Amino acid sequence: MLTFARPATRTLGFIALLVVVLLSAGASLLLGSRSIDVTSVLDAVFSRGTGSVEQMVVLDLRVPRTIIGLVAGAALGLAGALMQGLTRNPLADPGLLGVNAGASLAVVTAIAFFGVTAPSGYVWFAFGGAALAAALVYAVASGRTGPSPLSLTLAGAATTAVLTSFITLILLRDLDTLAQFRFWSVGSLVGRDVSTVATLAPFLVVGSVTALLLGRSLNSLALGDDVARGLGQRVGLTRIVAGAAIILLCGSATSLAGPLVFVGLVVPHIARRFVGADYRWILLWSMPLGAALLVIADTIGRLIAPPSELEAGILVALIGAPVLIALVRGNKAVTR
Amino acid sequence: MTVQQRYRPSVDDLARVAVARRAGRIRSLVIAAVLIVVLAALAVVALILGDRVVAPGDVLSTLFGGGSGGDRFVILGLRVPRLLLGLMVGAAFGLAGAVFQSLLGNPLASPDIIGISQGASAAAVGAILLAGWSGLAVSFAAFGGAVLVAGLITVLAARHGVAGSRFVLIGIALAFLAQAAINFMLTRSDVRDAQSALVWLVGSLGTVTSEELTSTAVGLVVLVLALALVSPRLRMLQLGDEAATGLGVRVTPARLVITLIAVGLAAVATAAAGPVVFVAFVSAPIARRLLGGTGPALVVSALVGALVVTGSDLIAQHAVSGLQVPVGIVTGIVSAPVLLVLLARSNRSRGTA
Repeated sequence: MLTFARPATRTLGFIALLVVVLLSAGASLLLGSRSIDVTSVLDAVFSRGTGSVEQMVVLDLRVPRTIIGLVAGAALGLAGALMQGLTRNPLADPGLLGVNAGASLAVVTAIAFFGVTAPSGYVWFAFGGAALAAALVYAVASGRTGPSPLSLTLAGAATTAVLTSFITLILLRDLDTLAQFRFWSVGSLVGRDVSTVATLAPFLVVGSVTALLLGRSLNSLALGDDVARGLGQRVGLTRIVAGAAIILLCGSATSLAGPLVFVGLVVPHIARRFVGADYRWILLWSMPLGAALLVIADTIGRLIAPPSELEAGILVALIGAPVLIALVRGNKAVTR
Repeated sequence: MTVQQRYRPSVDDLARVAVARRAGRIRSLVIAAVLIVVLAALAVVALILGDRVVAPGDVLSTLFGGGSGGDRFVILGLRVPRLLLGLMVGAAFGLAGAVFQSLLGNPLASPDIIGISQGASAAAVGAILLAGWSGLAVSFAAFGGAVLVAGLITVLAARHGVAGSRFVLIGIALAFLAQAAINFMLTRSDVRDAQSALVWLVGSLGTVTSEELTSTAVGLVVLVLALALVSPRLRMLQLGDEAATGLGVRVTPARLVITLIAVGLAAVATAAAGPVVFVAFVSAPIARRLLGGTGPALVVSALVGALVVTGSDLIAQHAVSGLQVPVGIVTGIVSAPVLLVLLARSNRSRGTA
């Protein structure tokens, strides 16, 4: 099977991956329930347009969802890789840190008690909720030396359960909130405000750069805390920095697209399949892989049952689950 | 790897091991006894409290055949069935979680994470929203969904032997698929129907029928007996597959049988009450931290599960007057903080958990 174990082929593979991202973005602009030819799309994108309906569809609908898909997907993929390295648990997903539940509870609160109706108004609630939940999980799970993988996982699941209970309590008493919230919580790229990408850009940039610089630390962390310490690693500090990066990335992605699950879980597994166990490469690959996965999922969701659409969150599961199952079945190293 | 040595334990060492074992056994007996006393107290309170408060003496005489007609209806017709269902569902979830977590050696391997609850939920939500079913039919759909997902996981994970983490990962993948199906149905349906599906999705003991009670009881008794038969093998499997083989366990069939029993427990409980959030996940970790050991802690896990569900249902019925909350909401709000506190405490005392 195709792998990219040597540095030179890894770089080549990475470039190929970027081409895939470009192609999927192009497909996302080109395809949809209304068929639009390549020249109109190019005209619209490079603003040579005459304001035709086709061009408005491209500019107002397809460009925003493509951008949001690329950004949210990349952030989630990277956060997932970071999370799995940090917890040394291949099952770790950013959602397990309580991020999705925190963001969801904040959005439900915004709808139910503050009367927020537009998805653009959810953004800061979602971000704040995600950050607060993740910080709580981190604090509870931390002993003197920072959180251990096991207690982080347990604390995340427990926090998610509490928050989900409160969400359900509100939804059961308030029909109007449920009517709005269910469309946010399914995870979709439609009707989101593209200007939030610019608003959240600082968080995304800081989070991504930090995450990409942590590859070497995660590699030594993978050998166990004691070995990492022996190698001169400041384990506690690494955990705090990585946790902060995860919060920034996931909080931003969730504010952008809703609580998208599975991207963060499946993308690092795909990356690991190609580049091996080196986290410097896993982190780097996870960004374009996540972006491509989300944009492709969104595009397929548009085409599968026109004129109606399936949300990206649903398609991600439909595509990601078989991929994950195939990866797990093919990997003899996955044992106890 | 350890160097093979011919080691003969001295009489002293053997005595110390025996003492430690006896201390552990006494500790687990004491804890089990305490839990049973607390459960009994909760049961009494559950029978007394309600819209119509029945005096303790009248509760007793009603239970033993006496009592006024009104008391008989309220206690025997409503409160006892609900209490029994809560106890059974809690114990079943506690056992299922404990078995999965020790069999697969992963704290995440509880039925609510590896897709069994989600499979049951997707089937039930489909039955409610698409087919318009209700009552016992939904329970059967849920049972079918749970068994289907478990079967799929077993088939898909069966390659080079069923390894623990492969089982869990495939389960998580299927959980996400089922969740996507649930989300799809919830966004496409009328919002009122979505809300009634939501009640089922958190788990509730509010609508118990005698058929449900009987089928749950039968299923539970059979599964618990089967579990009691195979539980020594579970202990050996926990030592690792090689060690278990050395002790004469046929690993693959033993794993399969134990998995089937745990799936059955989770499916029976979910069919009866919905996937009562978090009980299966939390019971075994709480039990293990109470006991201070690493064994499967089956009996104590079952007791903790029963305690969590019964206590939560009491709170759900009476905490806010005039508002009946599904029990699944309270189990999340009550039991998750318990786990968080236990975690924080063990972190402080040991540095890392």
